[in-house]
Amino acid sequence: MFELRNVTKRFGDKIAVDRASFIVDRPMMIGIIGRSGAGKSTLLRMLNRLSDSTSGEILFDGQDITHLRGAARRNWQSRCAMIFQQFNLVPRMDVVSNVLHGTLNRRSTLATMFNLYPAADIHRAIEILDRLGIAEQAPKRAEALSGGQQQRVAIARALMQDPAMILADEPIASLDPMNAQVVMDALRRIHEEDGRMVIANLHTLDTARRYCDRVIGMHDGRIVFDGRPDQLTTGIARDIYGAGDDFSEAATSTAIEALNSAEARRLKAKALV
Amino acid sequence: MTDATLSGPPRVDTIQSSYLAQVQRRRLYGGLTLAIFALLMVSGFMVADGRNAGGFWDGLHNIGDYPADVLSEAWEKRADLPALIVKYFPALIETVNIAAVSTLFGACAGLVLSLLSTRGLARWPRLIPLFRRLMDVMRAIPEIVIALVLIFVLGGGPVPAMIAIAIHTAGALGKMFSEVAENADLKPVEGLASTGATWAQRMWLGILPQVAPNYLSYALLRFEINIRASAILGFVGAGGLGYELRNAMAWGPGRFDEAAAIFVLLFGTIVLFDQLSSRFRNRLTEGHRA
Repeated sequence: MFELRNVTKRFGDKIAVDRASFIVDRPMMIGIIGRSGAGKSTLLRMLNRLSDSTSGEILFDGQDITHLRGAARRNWQSRCAMIFQQFNLVPRMDVVSNVLHGTLNRRSTLATMFNLYPAADIHRAIEILDRLGIAEQAPKRAEALSGGQQQRVAIARALMQDPAMILADEPIASLDPMNAQVVMDALRRIHEEDGRMVIANLHTLDTARRYCDRVIGMHDGRIVFDGRPDQLTTGIARDIYGAGDDFSEAATSTAIEALNSAEARRLKAKALV
Repeated sequence: MTDATLSGPPRVDTIQSSYLAQVQRRRLYGGLTLAIFALLMVSGFMVADGRNAGGFWDGLHNIGDYPADVLSEAWEKRADLPALIVKYFPALIETVNIAAVSTLFGACAGLVLSLLSTRGLARWPRLIPLFRRLMDVMRAIPEIVIALVLIFVLGGGPVPAMIAIAIHTAGALGKMFSEVAENADLKPVEGLASTGATWAQRMWLGILPQVAPNYLSYALLRFEINIRASAILGFVGAGGLGYELRNAMAWGPGRFDEAAAIFVLLFGTIVLFDQLSSRFRNRLTEGHRA
């Protein structure tokens, strides 16, 4: 259903993504790992068409999306939602309005400029917020929320788009471990309950192992690993991160599991108080 | 949550209805504001039209008459146009010169005034209101009034125009500069202060490098505006292109070819400097493109 063929992106004489190819035949949760600068973000931005690929093609259900223009391109973007590391919400607008931005592609420009949305959409936006456990925040301004809550608003905006695919660009990189877990759990649940494909850039190995059905490793713009999480050995991980023998998985870990579990329970209980 | 005695989190439908009520209230206020605004605009236009000597609608179709006269006469004498453009070129140089010198002096004065009236940077924090009001006054008095007074005192010529425009520029740029300086990072200033630097040294070495691109860009914008202002001041006897234009237009039919030549010069100059400075400003604000 989804296929990349030799997708390449050049910035001047620097190659950010070098002939990336892979096929996804059914909705699954895919993690793309690699160190910063490996081309993960560039790849995701090309999938959403936020930036154009230099060469190669991306096919979705047999349709080539690399050459879509104008309304067709915006329509593709509405079917392929994106979540960002810095959340990219409109800080001064309330949470529900931010979620309703997910419907912009379907509504007229004039109506949305005056913030006029159908009541049914507003109901649905609040239901989605409730599903993510932040319905009480609905009337607040987005900037008043904590990082983890803002990221869940961003996920709600993505769900409002009713997309076939959700792209997440380092969704947990600016969150603390507790919030990171909440956000990753939400993404996993969306995949399992709605059957939507999720592609997430992750910079930590253990997150990819824990949440993803398939892991793609990138190094210097090239895909160097593509397989199940259990096929990912320490040796391969060293190649992906370009690290020496002193590399250990804990060095890239931000998960709570890195602490012992009793400690984790204590922290969790404290956080919930 | 089914237990009524427990005050659990509010249910989704209550959140939905309260949010919808909020949205409806907001829409009502927005609609009312829009209606009042439209009403005021329409009634204001009626009042203005009623007080107009000729009436807006009666005069509207005459709007093209004067340009048509000028253009038709200029077209008849089109062979003279290049010679006239050459004849008035020195006047154009004078106009641009007035603008350039007054922008330079005005920007320097504006720079000092802006630093003196920015919170956190001011040399004498208590005098900030004084410098701000001073800039307000400089902006508030129209250039043409200052120029008229100065022409009365100093006699006609480019110097009164230059002073008049420089005063207005200092007030206008001072305000813009001070808004830029407000957003400057104060850490370098603190660093310099810790080495025992004077106020002037802290400003010159700590603030200016941060704000220079913005300041230059505003000064260039002001230069464009000042070319127009300096042409207009010629009308009240300050020399330059405006003076010649007034003479040509006041003579009425017969010298419209000269008026046309001056319009061509003025238009060409403004377009040229507009293009030049917008290109330059883009380079300053966005940096060189790779």
